[in-house]
Amino acid sequence: MSFFVARKLVKRFGGLTAVSDLSFFLEKGEILGVIGPNGSGKTTVFNLISRFFPLTSGEIFFKGTRIDQLPAHKICELGIGRTFQVVKPLKRMSVIDNVMAGAFLRTNSIGRARQKAEEITDFCALGQYKNVEAKSLPIALRKRLEIARSLATEPELLLLDETCAGLNPRESEGAIALIRRIRDAGITIIIVEHIMKVMMGISDRILAINFGSQIALGKPQEVAGHPEVIKAYLGDAHA
Amino acid sequence: MKNKSVLINIAVLLAALLVPVVIKAPYHLHIIILIIIWSIIGTAWNLLGGYAGQVSFGHAAFFGLGAYSAGLLKFHFDISPWWGVLLGPIIATLVSLPIGLICFRLRGPYFALAMLSLGEIFRLLFTNLSNFTNGARGVMIMPDITSKMFYYYISLFILVLTLFTTYRIVNSKVGYYLVSIREDQDAATSLGIPTTLYKNLALLPSAFFTGMAGAFYMNYVAFIDPNIVFNLSNVSVMVILVVMLGGVATTWGPTVGAAIYIFLGELFRATLGSANVLVFGVLVCLIILFLPNGIVGEMNTLKRLVRRKKGLPGGERNEFLRG
Ligand SMILES: Nc1ncnc2c1ncn2[C@@H]1O[C@H](COP(=O)(O)OP(=O)(O)OP(=O)(O)O)[C@@H](O)[C@H]1O
Ligand SMILES: [Mg+2]
Repeated sequence: MSFFVARKLVKRFGGLTAVSDLSFFLEKGEILGVIGPNGSGKTTVFNLISRFFPLTSGEIFFKGTRIDQLPAHKICELGIGRTFQVVKPLKRMSVIDNVMAGAFLRTNSIGRARQKAEEITDFCALGQYKNVEAKSLPIALRKRLEIARSLATEPELLLLDETCAGLNPRESEGAIALIRRIRDAGITIIIVEHIMKVMMGISDRILAINFGSQIALGKPQEVAGHPEVIKAYLGDAHA
Repeated sequence: MKNKSVLINIAVLLAALLVPVVIKAPYHLHIIILIIIWSIIGTAWNLLGGYAGQVSFGHAAFFGLGAYSAGLLKFHFDISPWWGVLLGPIIATLVSLPIGLICFRLRGPYFALAMLSLGEIFRLLFTNLSNFTNGARGVMIMPDITSKMFYYYISLFILVLTLFTTYRIVNSKVGYYLVSIREDQDAATSLGIPTTLYKNLALLPSAFFTGMAGAFYMNYVAFIDPNIVFNLSNVSVMVILVVMLGGVATTWGPTVGAAIYIFLGELFRATLGSANVLVFGVLVCLIILFLPNGIVGEMNTLKRLVRRKKGLPGGERNEFLRG
């Protein structure tokens, strides 16, 4: 069985089907990009994997174990980290304390948690801000803090939700470089991003969804040229 | 830095040990003992409400259970009410357990509301179960010891125990987890923190020490009734004011808050006649309005401003109450 498998995921909110019959898998070390128009269900897929929402139906396997019945904190403990599209910094805590909060998952010692947090803030180029309160960070740094905090939990699979949204081109480049470094460290990644150029450059494969269903899945070039994808993004006239 | 604060704490403790040597007037010692009792309740409340962000409007429940544990031991079984100082906290903790297990699963103000009603339920229960509790007539004991100095040292011991325990909890992994939960529960969950469990880990010691304060109160004051110890405004809400005044989520905040609250309250009662409650209320409002982080909290902010760290462009400004 693959490293990560999602089988026939369905999520309904009342009458609205946000995710419908979605299946995909990942191999270890891969980056899977997920694209789709606004409201197509990308964030919902992340919320299903990280168990912030229960599935309506379907199954999720991680390293051969079924995980869709476990509580959210267990998912993280098993090695699936996530960031939030709408960032959720621990506002009145310093950057280093934010990252330490993540590091405590694998240690009970304050000293070891701090040491690991120092390493990770440096890795994420946040070192110079480590004593700054998270609420005084601008958005680009808040996005990076989301990643740093999540890395501190030592994930094997990382879910990144729109890490580049709201960043200027230079900040985006920094974020992409960071994502590459994370991949080089051996972490498998599912990434949601709106900027096609970013997704084409960084993903090994891309899953395109619309109205919660798969419209294309494959190599970036194949997906970008897929008529359904062009239709979803540009409208019928261009297909 | 760390050694310095240890030294300061030891100095404060030594000074506290000498208080009855310097202050001999029973009335003055009485006020100080009241301050200590409120410091204990405030410190206990602060662990849950301040650090973990789970605001309780019903700590009177634990206070009253502690007090009645001590009182009823004597009343029914003729056992020394001092055993209540052990039994009271245990009973308060046992009662807190199901409350936490039920309420902390739910999001939103359920816990605050459940605690509010818990305090009121116990007040009514203890008023009406008069066979067991002696109802509204209350419980009176004849204390063996009347020396204020004795009560001073006992209460000081309980306060030190409470401060030390909460300090150890706050400055550990548990403390980081509690504050993380307060700041953002979703973020905490995403970091693998079992939020329900940790909220309970804050609730249990909070109930425990509040119960201990209640049992001591029974021994000290020698008379309780349900309207005194289960009182919503004079216990449950008062402890919140005490902590807000001194500084939410600070080690010394509750103690400083209790000192100011009790001292000013007594001062106004002695000098202002019937207007004292009004003046006192207005003053508390003003302090909370102008020092939203409490006295200790504002001092910490000041210290940080002195060691000024540059703000970053694009970040939020400090969130003061005033524009
Ligand atoms: N908690 C919720 N309750 C009800 N409906 C929801 C909830 N969360 C999401 N939805 C709905 O599910 C659909 C998919 O939303 P989702 O946030 O997953 O989209 P998205 O692809 O992440 O969009 P975006 O690109 O704007 O972030 C939307 O129609 C949204 O309104
Ligand atoms: Mg989204």
